[in-house]
Amino acid sequence: MTKLQNPLTPKVQLQRLTSQRWVMAVLALLFGLVLWQLLWMLLKLPAFILPSPAMVWQKFLVSLSSGLLWRHFSFTLLEVLLGLLIGSSLAALLGYFLSKSAWLENFVSPYLVASQSVPVVAIAPLLVIWFGPGIFSKVLICSLTVFFPVLINTLVGLREVPQDLRELMRSLRATPAQTLRYLELPASLPVFLGGLRVGATLSVIGAIVGELVGSDRGLGFLINVGRGQYDTALVFVAVITLMALAAALYGLILLLESRLLAWQTWRKTV
Amino acid sequence: MPSSPKIALEVRGLSIAFVETDGSLEVLDNLSFTVEVNSFVCVIGPSGGGKSTLLRALSGLLTPSAGEIRFPHPSHIGPQTGMVFQKPNLMPWRTLFDNISLPLELAGRSKEEIQQATQEMIDLVGLHGFEKSYPHELSGGMAQRVAIARSLVQDPEILLLDEPFGQLDALTRERMGEELLRIWGERRKTVLMVTHSISEAIYLADRVLVMTRRPAQISLDLPITLPRPRTEEMRYQPEFGRLAQLVHEQLSQNDDAMAMPTKSKVA
Repeated sequence: MTKLQNPLTPKVQLQRLTSQRWVMAVLALLFGLVLWQLLWMLLKLPAFILPSPAMVWQKFLVSLSSGLLWRHFSFTLLEVLLGLLIGSSLAALLGYFLSKSAWLENFVSPYLVASQSVPVVAIAPLLVIWFGPGIFSKVLICSLTVFFPVLINTLVGLREVPQDLRELMRSLRATPAQTLRYLELPASLPVFLGGLRVGATLSVIGAIVGELVGSDRGLGFLINVGRGQYDTALVFVAVITLMALAAALYGLILLLESRLLAWQTWRKTV
Repeated sequence: MPSSPKIALEVRGLSIAFVETDGSLEVLDNLSFTVEVNSFVCVIGPSGGGKSTLLRALSGLLTPSAGEIRFPHPSHIGPQTGMVFQKPNLMPWRTLFDNISLPLELAGRSKEEIQQATQEMIDLVGLHGFEKSYPHELSGGMAQRVAIARSLVQDPEILLLDEPFGQLDALTRERMGEELLRIWGERRKTVLMVTHSISEAIYLADRVLVMTRRPAQISLDLPITLPRPRTEEMRYQPEFGRLAQLVHEQLSQNDDAMAMPTKSKVA
């Protein structure tokens, strides 16, 4: 089983380097920064319309050291995580029961579809009116945005559990709880985690929408403040922090997937 | 040999009908037979004729419409039946070891017991060294061996096999037959196996039951008098050919008697 080795010419080395995911991601970010800087130098726009990368970096350092950024970031993070936790748990629970009962699914599905035809942005003001500008209304909005994709993926995942394996579990006289633990959970996990990945980014959007509508803390609030004071650099700092948060969550769930679904790695390589 | 051999399985007047939109479909009709302890019985019949239905009823996956299924000698703690399906039905996220130990885990056995019994099974089916492999890393024959080990790990009264080698290529299929005979010889188990291969049935079994088309009955109960251990050469002996011919004639008779003109098939 000897494999033919390519000689390590510079070209091959470059190919290897660029085939690594993170290398390309970092290159893309650098490219964006350079483009931004060039644009700023060419157009000579005032700072309240387009600040330079250096100005934003400066703002970032200042707001970081003053504790301002952390104060708002931690609040948004809390909302996002709570929303993700509550929304996905409820969705998984309901998904399990819906997959077990056709009449329940038929009963609930009109509400599910209706809830999805209304964008969160539209009902966020309502929720803030009802539940106040505090953390509760934001967590509620996050949970709602997370709920649907996770529910759908839970349903799909459970429905895709192979019938043959269900039969096997029955022939081994497994209880419903055992079937859940030994078959349904592991079999539907890949699809469920896919839903969770989508839910995580949606949760960030939900939190920001809620904060923009009415809040006294959080990155969405910070964006509002920056806009009000024509401090566009601050808006940039908040938005970039937001993007980093969403990307980190997404990456975290990807990591979780690769850990939990190690048995599935062959699918990606084939 | 005792004068009246022990009976492991007794099927009496077993009928099974499925309710469908256009009336009910009778699959098994008043089926009766017994299987002696430690004997190897093959059931053969036309495809779609209710052989799998019979096994599913025996393993408790289906409730019969009429009749009874008895296991007169429940000797020990193990379950009455262990089932091997047409497909290996392994869980892709579990290693070979964990696939075989699944029934023991479900039964709530202790860690030590699970470890010991599972390892014993892995050695029995000759998969030592593959404990940590995942199903996608196994060949079809290996996967079906895992399935056999899994069905035996709880030490059931009767091993039920539903065309277990149907998806394997001819050579692997013959090897698996040998393997099954070896395991059967070491473990001394009652085996009831469904197949549609005449030569496989005769090569493996003590008795061959030939089933008719739906609604299925047993039209021939043929003792296979070939000596054991069975060897490859027996397949080419006149006695083997004579038995094969008997089964074949019975099968085609059943086919002729029941087949509708539109449904006549050679296979």
